Amino acid sequence: MSALLHVDNITKRFGGFVALDGVTLEVMPGERLGLIGPNGSGKSTLVNCICGTLQNEVGSVRFNNQTMDGLAANERTHRGLARSFQLPRPFHSMSLADNLRIPLLYTVHARSGPLRSAGDLDDRCNELLTMVGLAAKAHQMPRDLTQVEMRKLELARAVAAEPKLLIADESMAGLSHSEVDDILALLLKLNERGITIILIEHIMSAVMKFSQRIAVLVSGKKIADGKPDDVVRNPEVVRAYLGE
Amino acid sequence: MNTAKFSLIMAAIGVVITLIAHAVGVDYLYFASYTILQFIVLATAWNILGGYCGYVNFGSAAFFALGAYSSVFIHKMFPLPLPLLIVIGAVVSGVVGLGMGYLTLRLRGSFFAIATLALAVVLQTLVVNWDFVGGSRGAYIIRPEYLEIGSFKIPYIEYLFILMLALAIIALVTARTIERSQLGFGFATIRDDELAAEACGVPTLKLKLIATTLSGAFMGMAGAPFPYYIGYLQPQSAFGLEYAVNSIAMPMIGGTTSWIGPLVGAILLGTAQQYATVTISSAVNLLIVGLMLVGFVIIAPNGIVGLVQERLRRKRS
Repeated sequence: MSALLHVDNITKRFGGFVALDGVTLEVMPGERLGLIGPNGSGKSTLVNCICGTLQNEVGSVRFNNQTMDGLAANERTHRGLARSFQLPRPFHSMSLADNLRIPLLYTVHARSGPLRSAGDLDDRCNELLTMVGLAAKAHQMPRDLTQVEMRKLELARAVAAEPKLLIADESMAGLSHSEVDDILALLLKLNERGITIILIEHIMSAVMKFSQRIAVLVSGKKIADGKPDDVVRNPEVVRAYLGE
Repeated sequence: MNTAKFSLIMAAIGVVITLIAHAVGVDYLYFASYTILQFIVLATAWNILGGYCGYVNFGSAAFFALGAYSSVFIHKMFPLPLPLLIVIGAVVSGVVGLGMGYLTLRLRGSFFAIATLALAVVLQTLVVNWDFVGGSRGAYIIRPEYLEIGSFKIPYIEYLFILMLALAIIALVTARTIERSQLGFGFATIRDDELAAEACGVPTLKLKLIATTLSGAFMGMAGAPFPYYIGYLQPQSAFGLEYAVNSIAMPMIGGTTSWIGPLVGAILLGTAQQYATVTISSAVNLLIVGLMLVGFVIIAPNGIVGLVQERLRRKRS
């Protein structure tokens, strides 16, 4: 089986600072990959390069057997890549239902032909909000939400684009234990539905529960990639997290 | 209400206004209303880019003047009927809007605003040095006394008024249609968060170019009949500060998220300015704009429409 996402030797520099240094990563269809690393190790930069928010200078990104190089972020979303942001970025002037309407209108609608009617759109928004437990707040504004609800909205909006691969960038940061479990259950449910997921996270218990495989970035380099138990015992990873 | 129904109602309102104005038959009424209608078009046009997409354009006067000067140019080359000049003005300003978009839309916030201001200065310098359209001396266009088509004859100022009324209606119907369409949703995502919009699949650059083109085209339309209205067009009046300031202030005062906002703002501010011009002096116009803008930023930062919407929302919840 060929990889769904193939990141080949990508390098990204900001002036003299090398944020990513020859990172190679493969993700198989249906896989749950945990991506970890200390702050500033390049995780978000890698996500930005995969999703097209940033363009890498060296290397290439292949997704679903198509090259993504040079494509804008919106074109990559059309091809089935979706992401949630580390800090939730809702459309604050729109209701929750309208927030989900955007990817439906601009990605699903454009990709697989028009959704049949305005009623179909409403149904789909409602379905997605029910999935994340926000159906009762469909007509409220994002400012009325709690932190965990905001994260759920962020995930629902990414899922609304009907992606093949979802990259969840620190969806659990700052949440309580039960809230982390909530988000984790949601991500596992999405994976069961056939969405491949890359989880970027600092909460190790969640990463260990979720991931089938873990990749570790340190200072822009991938230092480990393998089964979760092996990776956390890897001396280099321990050194990166705990120091010499 | 769907767009067809709304267009019909607006057209009916237009006909009623025209008949009432014709029945009153006072020239001053036409002159004053023309200016207010022109500001409705300008404010609505500004709002397509500034209100819906959140890109503040300080160069409205440049697009308005482009429309006006393309009329002067055509008038000197081979005089055409005014409706055609309006279309030409729209095309010229629309194309410049598109070009400006390509050059500046990678800039955001105040940087974009400064770039648009620079565009206005560059164009004004070009016009001042272009003798064919009058240069710094200005250009005269003798307005005919009447418009005669066969046995049909109306005063030319009434004709200008009707044209501007039609343009205002077209602008408002367009703005309302955009607002309720997929395009309008896309524009709103650009205003709220461009990065998130891209991640949702919104082609932000393309949408911004559509907005700059449409916005520029409507401003050009508003400017095209202006030389016939004023009779003597000079760069200082076509590129006047009042156009740039009013185009921003009117939507801000009325409310930028809805097509009603620029309409309310233009009627309110335009009427106040006309009243002040007659009773005090025309120089006091910009003072009125400034004071009202300061007042509204404090009392109703989201404009009159925003204030009403917020009240309704609170009442409902």
